[in-house]
Amino acid sequence: MCGIAGIIHRGNPGNIGGEITSMLRSLKHRGPDSTGLAVYGIPGENQYVMRFKVAEQEDVSKGFNIHQQIKDRREKVNSRLKELGVEILSENEATEYAFRYTIRYDGDLHHMADYIEDIEGTEIMSLGQALELIKDLGDADVVSTQYDLGNFEGSHAIGHTRMATESDVDIRSAHPYWAYPFNDVAVVHNGQLTNYWNWRRHLVHRGHRFMSNCDSELIAVYLADKMNQNIDLEEAMHDSLDELDGVFTYVVATSDKLGMAKDFMAAKPMVLHESDDFVALASEEVAIRSIFPHEIDTFDPYEGEVRVWQL
Amino acid sequence: MATLEKSFDAGLHSEQLSGRTQQTFFSAAEEENFVYPYNAFKVERDKKAEFDAQDLDSNTINLKIRKLMSEGHGHIVVKNPRAKHSIGVGILNRLTLDFKGSLGYFGCGLIDGPNIHISGRVGWSFAENMMAGTIVVEKNAGSTFGAAIRGGDLVCKGDVGSRTGIDMKGGTIIVGGRTGTLTGFMMQRGRMIILGDAGPNLGDSMYDGTIFVGGKIDSLGVDAVPGEMTDLEAKWIEGKLALYGLEAPKGAAKLQKIVAGKKLWNYDNLEPTEKKIVL
Repeated sequence: MCGIAGIIHRGNPGNIGGEITSMLRSLKHRGPDSTGLAVYGIPGENQYVMRFKVAEQEDVSKGFNIHQQIKDRREKVNSRLKELGVEILSENEATEYAFRYTIRYDGDLHHMADYIEDIEGTEIMSLGQALELIKDLGDADVVSTQYDLGNFEGSHAIGHTRMATESDVDIRSAHPYWAYPFNDVAVVHNGQLTNYWNWRRHLVHRGHRFMSNCDSELIAVYLADKMNQNIDLEEAMHDSLDELDGVFTYVVATSDKLGMAKDFMAAKPMVLHESDDFVALASEEVAIRSIFPHEIDTFDPYEGEVRVWQL
Repeated sequence: MATLEKSFDAGLHSEQLSGRTQQTFFSAAEEENFVYPYNAFKVERDKKAEFDAQDLDSNTINLKIRKLMSEGHGHIVVKNPRAKHSIGVGILNRLTLDFKGSLGYFGCGLIDGPNIHISGRVGWSFAENMMAGTIVVEKNAGSTFGAAIRGGDLVCKGDVGSRTGIDMKGGTIIVGGRTGTLTGFMMQRGRMIILGDAGPNLGDSMYDGTIFVGGKIDSLGVDAVPGEMTDLEAKWIEGKLALYGLEAPKGAAKLQKIVAGKKLWNYDNLEPTEKKIVL
């Protein structure tokens, strides 16, 4: 089933960490397997935030010699960053296996990401100036507390509560997906894509990489491919309605935009609240109500609809 | 105190069902399957109660409504429902029920008799399987609005989502705004009045029933065809809309009428062995 949500402050930044956590808490019944958030903070000058993990949560309890392996992998990450001339400005351990680095680098980010992910068990969750992507097993409260997101200040955020139907219960299959190698682009999705393998083969031939077998990842890679061809985000989203088969509603965020698309069958829900300085959208209205104490107007976007909001 | 009545006493079997499947599997002789507590509570129309649902879960809200009915309240006001799911369901009683706010998914399903007013919006699958009574929603509604309703008047003054009135078996659905794709999908009986535009595939695979549309129809579904509006129908529509303070922008007689082409009716003519092959 899955629950998706998004918020954007069109004026001043707000406590998007707390808001998106509250929305996802209300959607817990739509998917208890994992929770993921993409939050867009206030970009630091000439610096990037890199979120990455060097193991899956279940590896920590089951893996042979895993604690030493985690240390070794992290050291290898640090060593490769140094080799590339990346300046590490700060390092934070969100968990034993997931880390947040702020870095300064003026080289090829795509190459850097590939080189880091070449380390066994290592996956970059996000790499961008504003985007920070966090996902893990457990509900919104667990993940938000674990990664200290309750008071995260920023402009916009998207989130996902996952009910695993197409692939495993692991972090790799959890949303949001980063539209690799485009920094600051993330996607959450509710639905199923029925031409997933056709499109995956096509995109792999075009040089893209897939980190999971989850059909939702395809949307992020699909949009990345379009944007790589200098196609505007909104146009790429319209294209997705014609080219991706199945039933789906997805939400995408970039450094300064929030968008949603709903397929022509309109079988996956989405409710919207829109005002001059705030837009909130979610699979269920109860999620939007969780952050508005007062009465608001809401509506459903229709089949085949694409909407994009600018900061 | 509640008294249970058999479905025969409630007149549930006055209608002759046609079609071999229904005759075989839904025999009216199996009366033990149809215990029906209609009008379980003796309520007084003017005895009013209200409560705040802000911090209550859905189950508690429904139990509270039931308790108030058992105490004879015929008018209940629920404040701050906050779009919670499955509220106001299974009410088989005469009752005036006012929701001050919005409801979530599966609101007011399986009702038989109450008159309900919602000042806000409602979520997906609202009023599913409604048997009788009236519901008026002041703002918008989500998809599968009025799925499989059998009777009563279901009114949304705003826009509604896709598959409105899917599998509708009777009653009247009125939409003040527009509807989404596959409205009236597999509709079997009843009437639908849409004052705004209708989305793609209107009336797809409808068996029977009538859909009236005031605005633009994006496209008709399989076996949905234009019908000819009669004076009697136009008069009926005007009267029905007036009950809820609505009117057709260009007059009821100008509404487009959509009915079943009945080209798909071969399905129920199949022999059981043929049906197995088809299924």
